[in-house]
Amino acid sequence: MPTPTWASQLINLGAALLLLSSFAMLSQRRILSLVNLFALQGAVLSASTAIVAHTSGATHLYASALLSLILKVIVLPWILHRLIARLNVRWDTETQLNIPATMLVGIVVVVFAFALAQPIAQLSATVTRSTLGIALAVVLLSFLMMITRRKAVSQVIGFLAMENGLFFAATSATYGMPMVVELGVALDVLVGTLILGVFFFQIREQFDSLDLHHIEQLRED
Amino acid sequence: MALLLLLAIPLAGSLALAVFGARRWAAELNAAFSIATFAAACALTARVIAEGPMLVAHEQFFVDPFNVFLIALTAFVGMTTSLFSRPYMRVEEAHGRVNRRRLRLYHSMYQLFCFTMLAALSTNNLGILWVAMEAATLSTVLLVSLYRTAASIEAAWKYFILCGVGIAQALFGTILLYFAAEKILGAEGSTALLWTHLDAVKGQLEPTVLGLAFVFLLVGYGTKVGLAPLHNWLPDAHAEGPTPISAVLSGLLLNVALYAVVRCKVLVDGATHSPLAGRLMMGFGLLSLVLAAFFLWRQRDIKRLFGYSSIEHMGIVTFAFGMGGPVANFAALLHMTVHSLTKSAIFFAAGHAAQTAGTQVMDDIRGLIVVSPTIGWGLMLGTLAILGVPPFGVFTSEFLVLVTAMREHAWATPILLLALALAFAAIFRRVQAMVFGDSQLKPLPHSPALLPVFAHLLLVLMLGVYIPPALAEWYRLAAKLIG
Repeated sequence: MPTPTWASQLINLGAALLLLSSFAMLSQRRILSLVNLFALQGAVLSASTAIVAHTSGATHLYASALLSLILKVIVLPWILHRLIARLNVRWDTETQLNIPATMLVGIVVVVFAFALAQPIAQLSATVTRSTLGIALAVVLLSFLMMITRRKAVSQVIGFLAMENGLFFAATSATYGMPMVVELGVALDVLVGTLILGVFFFQIREQFDSLDLHHIEQLRED
Repeated sequence: MALLLLLAIPLAGSLALAVFGARRWAAELNAAFSIATFAAACALTARVIAEGPMLVAHEQFFVDPFNVFLIALTAFVGMTTSLFSRPYMRVEEAHGRVNRRRLRLYHSMYQLFCFTMLAALSTNNLGILWVAMEAATLSTVLLVSLYRTAASIEAAWKYFILCGVGIAQALFGTILLYFAAEKILGAEGSTALLWTHLDAVKGQLEPTVLGLAFVFLLVGYGTKVGLAPLHNWLPDAHAEGPTPISAVLSGLLLNVALYAVVRCKVLVDGATHSPLAGRLMMGFGLLSLVLAAFFLWRQRDIKRLFGYSSIEHMGIVTFAFGMGGPVANFAALLHMTVHSLTKSAIFFAAGHAAQTAGTQVMDDIRGLIVVSPTIGWGLMLGTLAILGVPPFGVFTSEFLVLVTAMREHAWATPILLLALALAFAAIFRRVQAMVFGDSQLKPLPHSPALLPVFAHLLLVLMLGVYIPPALAEWYRLAAKLIG
């Protein structure tokens, strides 16, 4: 399929922005900024899905672009904003975070992701195949973010960012999953976020803090 | 039709109990819905016996020899657990650990959980399978933290995050699978995630992609199976949640997650023509078995002890599926069945034991047989069954696994035997001390429902000496299918 170069350039730009936003989240200490970065990442994701839909002619991707626009740019950030306002953790910061070391590990993770995705990307026939490595990198970077964070809210944002990476992987490798599956995944993510919201209140009520180092009592001694 | 009912009843039950769950008769309503679900499962089973495998609803749902007995088992254990939960939750309410509002959540989510597991088992679409597995986690996570104690909230958080991350890996695996399949089956008509279609073309799927996909799928669903080293959530969630939930997590959820792994393994084996998938499963299985056997020695909480025992048994089943071949697969399927029956029976008895003693710390539970002979004997017999004492069914399946291991992978036999012996000693010395001896404990305010315990144990005993021909036939067909 001959691809208009400007479109493939745009998709590559979107992928690069996605990766950049992952690194930005990895190095961001403030929780409010994390939520905003997450919304930004959702917007980039939605835009690049729409561009892929336009260039490839896969019309069902417009629906997924719309779905991710509604869910990841509007609904989830709105829920998160309300949560952090109600919990009064808007200005909280992650204090125990060694940013330079995390960034270095992050770079290694990206190299690893590209190495892993290389043989698969060559098999792909989609216009977006070069971005599969980036999608995997976003997944792994979010994973890294979850490991390094001590606050419950940041861990959840890491979890949601991981889902963004997976969604991007599905778009770039295969032009998206069947619609019924995408709807199911979106529903699970939404319900999961709501449940986590309930959880935050339970954790706070019990421990007077959303710092997770309080809740490491259950271990084998 | 029967399949539709099977899925519709628990879903309707979940909605009805979301409305009426706070009433006094909610527990009875819950049990009624579970009994109806089981009746639908029986009808479905009867149809499959009469007419053979079926494929319905635009091929989105199917029943074949591999999932039919798991569906029946899931509905059965779901029913007995709801019967057990009726007096159990009454006692918890009398002890002031839950209130009516939380019971509403509990009943509604219980039915939803049953629905997600039955959907995961009966769907033909690997994407829906993923969605249902994730929904199963979501529906139980608030149940693990039902008591709102510090420990239970921590357990639920761990459960959510670990299983959430795990299942995200499984989604990546599913995407890779779809990517490989789409090239053969095409994206139109979205048949590229239907297992039956994939199974038909598995020889043409790209081996490198499927190999990588399987690693992600095994890690992802393996987290839910409780395979070491991703098992951390399992003992916590089992110990801190209400006992009926421990029983269904151990007896059902682990099975369903393993079912998902095995379905994927069939496809991967067909594509790669190499023992990679099997070897991976053997490794993870053996590691879980050995690790759990050692951790069993350090447990002080009765439900944690049996949580680790579940890891051990899932390790055995995973190892057996990894070895492959008709005998090992047969043994693995049988072991899935008997483990699920026995372990839920043990949790029923252990839950009442903990209620009687007012604690889950094993050192403080003494002389159960004096206070309540049924609880004492239930726990003792269940323990003997799970430890593989003949003539219970667990002995049969473990024996078959050992025989196959001896013939095909002799190096693994001493490890298996050693781990089983370690586990035997660790569990038996604890349970013996709890069951026998003197006691000043008082009996429970509501008489415990121990009929499910003995019904389960009777079934396990029966499977040890006689397997019904229809079930044996399914095991054989499914074992052949798995390869």
